[in-house]
Amino acid sequence: MNLMNKLIGWIDARFPLVSTWKAHASEYYAPKNFNFWYFFGSLALLVLVIQIVSGIFLTMNYKPDALFAFASVEYIMRDVQWGWALRYIHSTGASMFFVVIYLHMFRGMMYGSYRQPRELLWIIGMIIYLALMAEAFMGYLLPWGQMSFWGAQVIVNLFSSVPFIGHDLAILIRGDFVVSDVTLNRFFALHVVAIPLVLVLIIVAHLVALHEVGSNNPDGVEIKKHKDVNGIPLDGIPFHPYYTVKDGVGAVVFLMIFCAIVFFAPEMGGYFIEDNNFVPANPMKTPEHIAPVWYFTPYYAILRAVPPLFGSQFPGVVAMGVATVAFFFLPWLDRGKVKSIRYRGTIYKAFLASFVVSFVGLGYLGLMPATETYTLISRILAIVYFAFFILMPWYTAIDKCKPEPDRVTSK
Amino acid sequence: MNAIKKLCTLLLLALLPGLAIASGAGVQLDKAPLSLQDQASLQRGAKLFTSRCLACHAASYMRYNRLHDIGMSDQQIKTELELPEDVKVGSTMQAAMDANSAKLAYGIAPPDLSVIARSRSADWLYTYMRSFYADENRSIGWNNTVFPDVGMPFVLADLQGEQVLAVEQHEGHERKKLVLKTPGSMQSAEYDGAIADLTNYLVFMGEPAKLVRYKIGWIVLGFLFILFLLLYSLKREIWRDLH
Repeated sequence: MNLMNKLIGWIDARFPLVSTWKAHASEYYAPKNFNFWYFFGSLALLVLVIQIVSGIFLTMNYKPDALFAFASVEYIMRDVQWGWALRYIHSTGASMFFVVIYLHMFRGMMYGSYRQPRELLWIIGMIIYLALMAEAFMGYLLPWGQMSFWGAQVIVNLFSSVPFIGHDLAILIRGDFVVSDVTLNRFFALHVVAIPLVLVLIIVAHLVALHEVGSNNPDGVEIKKHKDVNGIPLDGIPFHPYYTVKDGVGAVVFLMIFCAIVFFAPEMGGYFIEDNNFVPANPMKTPEHIAPVWYFTPYYAILRAVPPLFGSQFPGVVAMGVATVAFFFLPWLDRGKVKSIRYRGTIYKAFLASFVVSFVGLGYLGLMPATETYTLISRILAIVYFAFFILMPWYTAIDKCKPEPDRVTSK
Repeated sequence: MNAIKKLCTLLLLALLPGLAIASGAGVQLDKAPLSLQDQASLQRGAKLFTSRCLACHAASYMRYNRLHDIGMSDQQIKTELELPEDVKVGSTMQAAMDANSAKLAYGIAPPDLSVIARSRSADWLYTYMRSFYADENRSIGWNNTVFPDVGMPFVLADLQGEQVLAVEQHEGHERKKLVLKTPGSMQSAEYDGAIADLTNYLVFMGEPAKLVRYKIGWIVLGFLFILFLLLYSLKREIWRDLH
């Protein structure tokens, strides 16, 4: 033990080891009333690690080459020791990343976690979300199946609808006139090196910003308002050991669900791995029905819901872009007197509920073929989706809020 | 708290239509009687596959010695599957006919069958191989109710016999039905059994890991459950002094 202390002392004289540990774990005070919804931040970090580790081993065996990519994935599934498990862990991880992130974002919306002083924390989080979408989109091309190819083709074509520069922009993204071996190579580079690097950096920034302002909590009241003589928040508890062990329990429960998918239903009925992606990419044969993976479908449905203008899909593309970027403005759109849904009035609750219904509904419709009825429903739901944001300054201001408690409540 | 519960209920309700997703219009598919535990069935399927399908189709991601997983020894693979002298048990399954001549003969290169069970589904394959019928309007002489204007001639006709598409009256409207015109060397039930074996084998070949992944899954879940119990009691112990 003495030797251990000496070693720590030696390091500490040269590196802020103990002080960093204290500042971010053993003496970082988090509200004591975190509920179920507060698991998803640490779970997102867990999925990131799972994706990076499984990704490294996949990269050792995968070939980013239009001639060999599909075959190398099957080689991983059959000839690489535990290759099938690696592949399923990575494909399940991609979908579960979005499950966790969507729930994490929803938590922030319910409890007003984006409100002052956490605006920048929220914005950094949103950048992570956009980077994650790019990461997932590029990764999906790599197995080089029919859905990989045509999904990429459809999404890259969206960029070509941008007026004036669209055509060149699409070529810049593809590196070619169609999705090809060149595209596969650059997507591989971006998926494996560039975006993960960016992701890790902005996730660190997200945590630094979080620890600067401190966590919000289900009551939406600041624990820093009430401190004891030592300057420790009265309703705060040290992150370590309280939340390390609590998040640990959450992580194991999550892993049980995760592994149940990996080992018993890796395709998740065609939602996590689409059937058509077991057909090698064929540029000469367009599949009957192209649907993006489920986590993009709410936006895809919005894209299809907007009618083309002068034969251009551009308005739809703009609507889709605005739908993703709208979250950035929440800190300034929300004028409610309280942060947490617990003390909001019925109007806000109704708007949030209808937003959730529109998001899930659009997600479902994005998977379906665009029939007349479905397009009509998509349009209605898209209006509900945007109304949540556009009307927010109004309905949050007139909403009748309940009084916030002074201190956090235990239930 | 009530509001959150309501939200969750709404969310779950909204998810419901997603769970009941339909596979789309088309022919009614018969349920393939699969049993990946049945090694005898898988081996019969492997024999049918190598003797018939491999004439034109390849399964180029599948190695012969992967058949160890369904209980075949190297010796069995060589003799029972009648491997040519120059093919090693470690090789992948290549078609007897090369892709170019196949393309010339049929107008389209026969697709690789390694993962066909994953892209088409077992039920589709099981129904497809029992739905060929003689059609004189087609140059190859065959058609299929599941795959209209199919490019493949019916290579199992000697087993099943020749079916025709008959039109019959059913409750006032016409209904098309496959009828066996000339019997083959197998009885109808026997042929269905053979196709069940073949489908079973194709499902195995689509994902050989399926034979082990459920077993490993239970072990992993068991380990995680024990870890959960330990961590949960640790959490309770640590949180006890709070409040």
